[in-house]
Amino acid sequence: MSDALLEIRDLSVDYLLDKGAFRAVKNVSFEVRRSELFGLAGESGCGKSTIAYAITRLAKAPAWVAGGEILLDGQDLLKLPEAALQKVRWRRIGMVFQSAMNSLNPLMRVEAQFHDVLHRHLGSSRAQSRARAEEMFKLVGIPLSRLSDYPHQFSGGMRQRIVIAICLALKPELIIMDEPTTALDVVVQREILEQVIDLQRSHGFSVLFITHDLHLMAQLCHRIGVMLRGELVEVGDVRQVSRAPAHEYTRKLWSAIPQLPGHSALREVLA
Amino acid sequence: MNALPTLAVSDATAEPVIRLEAIERSFGLVQALRSVSLSLRAGRALALVGESGCGKTTCARIIARMDTPTAGEMYFRGATVTKPGLAAEERAYRRAVQMVFQDPFASLNPVFSVQHHLARPLALHGHAKGKAQLVKRVADLLAWVGLEPAATAHKFPHELSGGQRQRVNIARALAVEPEVLVADEPTSMLDVSIRLGILDLLARIKRERNLALLYITHDIATAAHVAEEVIVMFAGQMVEWGDTKAVIGEARHPYTRLLLSAVPDPDRPFVPGDSARFLAHAEQVRALSRPTSHDVEKVGPNHFVRALGVSS
Repeated sequence: MSDALLEIRDLSVDYLLDKGAFRAVKNVSFEVRRSELFGLAGESGCGKSTIAYAITRLAKAPAWVAGGEILLDGQDLLKLPEAALQKVRWRRIGMVFQSAMNSLNPLMRVEAQFHDVLHRHLGSSRAQSRARAEEMFKLVGIPLSRLSDYPHQFSGGMRQRIVIAICLALKPELIIMDEPTTALDVVVQREILEQVIDLQRSHGFSVLFITHDLHLMAQLCHRIGVMLRGELVEVGDVRQVSRAPAHEYTRKLWSAIPQLPGHSALREVLA
Repeated sequence: MNALPTLAVSDATAEPVIRLEAIERSFGLVQALRSVSLSLRAGRALALVGESGCGKTTCARIIARMDTPTAGEMYFRGATVTKPGLAAEERAYRRAVQMVFQDPFASLNPVFSVQHHLARPLALHGHAKGKAQLVKRVADLLAWVGLEPAATAHKFPHELSGGQRQRVNIARALAVEPEVLVADEPTSMLDVSIRLGILDLLARIKRERNLALLYITHDIATAAHVAEEVIVMFAGQMVEWGDTKAVIGEARHPYTRLLLSAVPDPDRPFVPGDSARFLAHAEQVRALSRPTSHDVEKVGPNHFVRALGVSS
C-alpha cells in the first residue's frame, strides 16, 4: 500500500444516453506503484481509455464518473476543486495519447510549444524554456537545430517523441500513455518504447500504459491488468499473466495475435 | 534498365495476372519507387512489407490505377497497360483490380446502408439484374464474408464495428468479381484480437475464389500469416524478396532483420539501458539500406537479396 502512487478504487464510469446509462467501467480497482510500468490491455470499447480520461478528469459529457475514488498519493482527484486539479494535470500526471502526433499545434514552432507549457505551469522565462527544451531534445535524441521547426517538418515517430519530451519537461510522477505507438510502424515503435524504458529508469516516473497489443505490453510492463467489457478480469505480474493466465479471456487474447513462425530462432539476430 | 531477375516469385507455372517491371515513381526529387518488379498470380498472395513512406502504398495506387508510374512497364495478362488504353480495356482492367483500404471508418459512405454499398457495384457491373436478384446477391456476399445478411444489410456504417466495416469493404470489392485484390493495411486500424479473423477471410478469398492478392502491411508477422511470398521494401527499393518462409526464416538483408527484431515478442522483455544501442543500430541499418543498388543476389530457389549500395 505504501508504494502506491495512484490508487483506483471501485471506479465506475457511465455514458449517459437517451435510453439511460451505459456503464463503460464497472467497479474497477487497481494501483500503479512508484516507478512501475503498469499495463492495461483489452479490446476497443472495453473502457481502458475511459479510465485514462477519468483519472485526469478530462472525461467530458456524456461520460459521467458514477462512483469510486482515484487517489494520487492518498488525495482523491475526483474531489479536488478544478483550480487544484490544474496543478496536478500535466505537473504530476502527464498524458500521451494515440493521436499525439496530431496533438501538436501545427501553427507553432516546437520551441514555442515547449514555452507554452513551461510558462503556464512553471512560469518559466523564454530563456529557461529554451534551455529545458534543449535538454529534453537531447534526451529523446533529436538534433537541437530542429527546435525551431514546425510539427509538419517531423516524421510521425519524431512528433510522438516530441510530445513525450514536452510531457517529461514538467517532470511528472505518472505518465498515462494511451496507445502511444499504435499508429507507427514496428521499428519506430520499438525505438520510442526503448527510450521510454530508459527514461523511466533514469527519471523514476510511473507509467500507465494502455494498448491492445499484449505482446508489446509483456515486453514493456512490470504488471498487467486485462479488461473485458468494462471489468478488470485479471491483474498480475507480467510473468503470471503471460505464462499462466488465470482468466479464459486473457488466454483468448493471447492466442489471437498473429505470430512469426519460429520466431525464437531469430532471437540471436540482434543479440 | 538493369538486369533484375523478373521476380520469378512463384512456381512460375501460371502466367501472372499483373506484372510490374522496373516501375519507377518520383515526386519531384523524391524517388518513391526505384525499379520495382513483381508478379501477382491467381490464387496466390504477395505481401509488400515496409515502414511508413517506403513506397508500398504508392505501388498499390499504381496497380489500382490511381497513379501512373514515371518509368517502367505494367502488364495485365501479358498485355501492356502502363498507359490507360481504350475505354473498354480500361473498364475491364478496373473491374479486374479492386482495392480494400486501410481505414474502414472512412471508406464507407455514412449516409448509405450496407445494402446500397453492395448493390451499386453489382448493378453497375451488370452482375445482378432486378431487385430480387440484387437482394439475393447482396445476402450471398454478406454471408460469404461472415456477416449475418438479414441483420446487416439494412444497417448504416456507424452501426457496425471496425471489423464488420472492413468485412463490408471486402464484400464490396468482391461484388465487382475482381481477379486481383489489393489490400492496403486492411488490419492496421483494427484491434489485435480481430485482425486474425480478417486475415483468415483474405486467405479464404484467395483460395476459394482463386484471386491474386497483394497484401500491404508494415507488420511482417501478419504477412507471414497470409502470403506465400513477401517483398521487403525500404526507401522505394525492394531489398529482399521471395518465399515467405525463406525470407523470414533466413533473412539476409540487415533491414529485414531489423524489421523482424522489432516485432513485439512477449518472451523478450526490453532491457533498460538499451535504447541508445538500438537507436544507433536502426539508424545505421537505414543508412546502409538507402543507397540505390543494382546488384541482386539469388540466395535460394526463390529468395533474392539486394546488395547494399554505396552512399553517394
